[in-house]
Amino acid sequence: MLVCVKRVPTTGGKITLTPDEQEIDTRFSGWTVSPHEECAVEGAVRIVEAHGGTSTVLTLGPAAAEEQLRDALAVGVNDAVLLETDGSEWDPEETARAIAGAVAGLEADRGPFDLLLFGNEAADTADHQVGIRVAHALGRPCVAGAKALELRDGTAVVRREAPDGGWEVVEAPLPAVLTVKEGINLPRYPSVPGRIRAKKKEIHRVAPERTGGRVRKRRLVLPPERKEQAEILGHGPEAAPKVVEVLRSLGLVR
Amino acid sequence: MPELPDEARVVVIGGGIVGNSVAYHLARLGWRDIVLLDKGPFPNPGGSTGHASNFIFLVDHNKEMTKVTLDSVRQYKELGVFTECGGIEVARTPERMEELKRRVASAKSWGVEPVELLTPAQVKDLVPFINEEVILGGFYTPGVGVVDSLRAGTLMREEAERLGALTISPNTEVLGIDVERGRVRRVRTTRGDIRAELVAVCCGVWSPRIARMAGASIPLTPAVHQMIDVGPVARFEETVGEIAFPIVRDVDKNMYERQHGSEFEIGSYAHRPILVEPDEIPSIEEAVLSPTELPFTKEDFDPQMEDALELFPEILGDERVGVKYAINGLIALTPDGMPLVGETPEVKGLWSVAAIWVKEGPGFGRIAAEWMTDGNPEIDPHQSDVSRFYDHQRTKHHIVARCSEGFNKTYGIVHPMEQWSSNRDVRLSPFHARERELGAVFFEAAGWERPFWYASNEPLLEEYGDRVMPREAEWESRWWSPIINAEHLAMRDRVGIVDLSAFAIFDVTGPGALAFMERMCVQPMDVPVGRVVYTPLLNEAGRIKADLTVMRLGEDRFRIVTGGLDGPRDRKWFVDHLPEDGSAQLSDVTSAWCTLGLWGPRARDVLASVTADDVSNAGFPFGTCRPIEIDGVRALASRISYVGELGWELYCPMEQGARLWDVLFEAGQPHGMVPVGIGVYGTTARLEKCYRAYGNELEMEYTLVEAGLARRAVKDAPFLGRDAYLRQRESEPAAILCTLTLDDPTSSSGVKRYMLGREPVLTRDGRPLEDGLGRRSYVTSAGSGPSVGTHIMLAYLPREHAQEGAQLAVEYFGERYPVTVAVVGNRPLFDPENARMKA
Repeated sequence: MLVCVKRVPTTGGKITLTPDEQEIDTRFSGWTVSPHEECAVEGAVRIVEAHGGTSTVLTLGPAAAEEQLRDALAVGVNDAVLLETDGSEWDPEETARAIAGAVAGLEADRGPFDLLLFGNEAADTADHQVGIRVAHALGRPCVAGAKALELRDGTAVVRREAPDGGWEVVEAPLPAVLTVKEGINLPRYPSVPGRIRAKKKEIHRVAPERTGGRVRKRRLVLPPERKEQAEILGHGPEAAPKVVEVLRSLGLVR
Repeated sequence: MPELPDEARVVVIGGGIVGNSVAYHLARLGWRDIVLLDKGPFPNPGGSTGHASNFIFLVDHNKEMTKVTLDSVRQYKELGVFTECGGIEVARTPERMEELKRRVASAKSWGVEPVELLTPAQVKDLVPFINEEVILGGFYTPGVGVVDSLRAGTLMREEAERLGALTISPNTEVLGIDVERGRVRRVRTTRGDIRAELVAVCCGVWSPRIARMAGASIPLTPAVHQMIDVGPVARFEETVGEIAFPIVRDVDKNMYERQHGSEFEIGSYAHRPILVEPDEIPSIEEAVLSPTELPFTKEDFDPQMEDALELFPEILGDERVGVKYAINGLIALTPDGMPLVGETPEVKGLWSVAAIWVKEGPGFGRIAAEWMTDGNPEIDPHQSDVSRFYDHQRTKHHIVARCSEGFNKTYGIVHPMEQWSSNRDVRLSPFHARERELGAVFFEAAGWERPFWYASNEPLLEEYGDRVMPREAEWESRWWSPIINAEHLAMRDRVGIVDLSAFAIFDVTGPGALAFMERMCVQPMDVPVGRVVYTPLLNEAGRIKADLTVMRLGEDRFRIVTGGLDGPRDRKWFVDHLPEDGSAQLSDVTSAWCTLGLWGPRARDVLASVTADDVSNAGFPFGTCRPIEIDGVRALASRISYVGELGWELYCPMEQGARLWDVLFEAGQPHGMVPVGIGVYGTTARLEKCYRAYGNELEMEYTLVEAGLARRAVKDAPFLGRDAYLRQRESEPAAILCTLTLDDPTSSSGVKRYMLGREPVLTRDGRPLEDGLGRRSYVTSAGSGPSVGTHIMLAYLPREHAQEGAQLAVEYFGERYPVTVAVVGNRPLFDPENARMKA
């Protein structure tokens, strides 16, 4: 199993930009991976727990992205590969080329990965491309938007949302590439022994070759602020019926 | 939201535990028209209260902190938000086991009971999931507990509202604070302006930013304290309530661990100091969690993870127990580790109630409210007084240096004399270069580098042999040298000079100077020009605010000399009372004058050899002062002594200090003069004379009568605290300050031990002494008495024990040592007739 992640700023607070409008201001944010990728990591760990084998996490990013690799190691991924960059943004095309190249290199040593897992999209750029481009470059089948996954006799059985609201069930022969959507599983928290083990693991570093992309970032623009309004339903016991009403309208109480 | 009034008596800024407590206590004391605002929502506006671990350990070596903590616990219990669970500080090293014994002693001194030292097996009985193999024992305080500080705040607001005293205004940001003629006038907010008489800054980590709007400084820095929550813990799922096991402080690793429902919380003070600028804290909107819950930096916590795992393998070794929450929580640190409470010295009516943790919040809220009401808080807050700092101590450089140095000592074993290593050499007297040449060992006081003893005096050790009272135990040899006692003996035999430049000096002048000084001081000030008067200062309630000396330099001119550590507080006390008509002014001349003490039987011979002025006993009697000429330096000579010897304090302009030193030093050589450090001045010589020191013996908790400082007559002129003082004199004191001598310093292992102060005084069979007002007896000061050949301790004793010859004991590192009451009251042990001083 190989799972690919991308280091991105934690969001949750109001997002501000650096003065040159080139980056998100990360003074107050930590770093993480997208929720889709957290699920991909969890998926990889669960498959190994169920079927045996090993899992590897890979990222293309700055040296500091080691943090995200160790986060994956802490929840049970076995090995980590860092395609170390200078921290500048790579476009999806050159990212995919670099990852495909790295995968080929890794596979030359250890044999093919049965599955390459990606998040459906990165939390920051949301290009929805890298997984699909890697599959294309490696000539492997690809299923995007996986919300359920089972492995059966050399085949990945994947369920994903259909455009009309139903479900599609797709089978892909292994080795295959999947992009995973949040909700496919509930990722675990790292345990303390997991964190300690992760800290001690060696990270395999590879210098990726930058081949140049075609997408250029001009500048970032913040979407118009949505003003959230809280409504006070009342104070004390007299507020209770109104709260029940709200819960009913949400279908939480019948 | 109710309309914001455009006028209020007091605006409390900050809705954390502190702001709520201040508003609540003001309301209870009868204040009305209180506005409490916060830029965040209630009940959790996003400050440090909201992420606090909310546990309260009771015992601190600091008396003020312990008293305020106990008062806070009492209040939390009254509000019904306290859950008692017990707490254990565990020791991983033999040094820590000794420290835990010292904590038992502090518990007895401050009346925290019960407490107990536990074996590892006993710790295991209480905390069954601990790995008792890595600990040597524990210090157990059953009264430790956790509180719901947010709920406490809500209850306090509700009570103040019920009293019709409080308007609350959440989501209201302060934009400015207007000051007119040195007084706070108006708070400008996003919901309108409020005129106010008083403004209380209860803004935790944001306090410096808010105070700056008014031109005041609150010297604290936000700093990171890392916390993680792990769970679910199977063992905890069977327990009821928030916490069913004692909280453990793994003090040798600078960490704590506690149950929190089904989870386990780990907090650390072990990581590198991570200081944050108040202006760099994210806004509520920008913050991912809350403004004071910053993103967790894992690499800082990683080393602690293994320490925690080692102590709690059952819980933390379980792979199913996950790290669910991890923050870099912001807390407030100060350069000396104490809170910042009181009116700011820069702006009248602007109060700081900041750098206060949950464990002290309600207590300091009460102190601030009482202080605002009548200037008379029940618990003496002088160590937390925001006006205690000199300018250099308010600089960012100092705050960063000391807070960084202090952070990792949060759970440290801190020696009472321990010196700071950062930001030294800030205030140097003109004698400094000479002192360095003489091998002075410098201790810091309020930024001043003061020689504590001189390596050049080492040959005296041979001269005096065992009379220097050598110490065998490492603890009390730390930050100490037998040279101190040798200097003491040489001064008493011959003559010594002492650098006293750390004194704070104020001149009070003007046609109203005499009336002003009379009003401030207990002792008469209408004395002849050239008289020196030692006097206490009282507040209206007759409680001790300060003690200092005053020289009358002219009809309309007085010079006040007080301790360096007390200078800024005392200055504010005087300035606050200056007459409104401007008839008296105070100028701070601390930086203009240096001071040398010249004392010993040969002092007159030395001085006479360098001055033509009359320094005979008749010509220059004790208790007088006047300018004399010393080799071209015009020095103000004051014939008083804090060491009990013949001699003078010599004041001269800073830039002439080096000259004065050189002349005296040379003139002293034929007389066997030695440089003498503060170890003698502040401790050994003082204690032989049973002189009181502010902060040790003198504080608001004890009266002048109890301190043995009540003179036979009380002056007729009105002065602050006079009525109360007269009442104190009419009743029998509940306790009397006594001098104790150590009968036998030999410990059970045969090592001679010497107390350093703050130890509990007990009966010979180990019972604590408590006076009729519930005050425990403890050692207020301790030190060698080389000239009387015994270790000396001062302590307030209940009247029934204050009998000369009474046999008592003090507890020191878990053992009781026999002591005898040598003196009741202020009669000196050494030279009780004061013949030497008056020779």
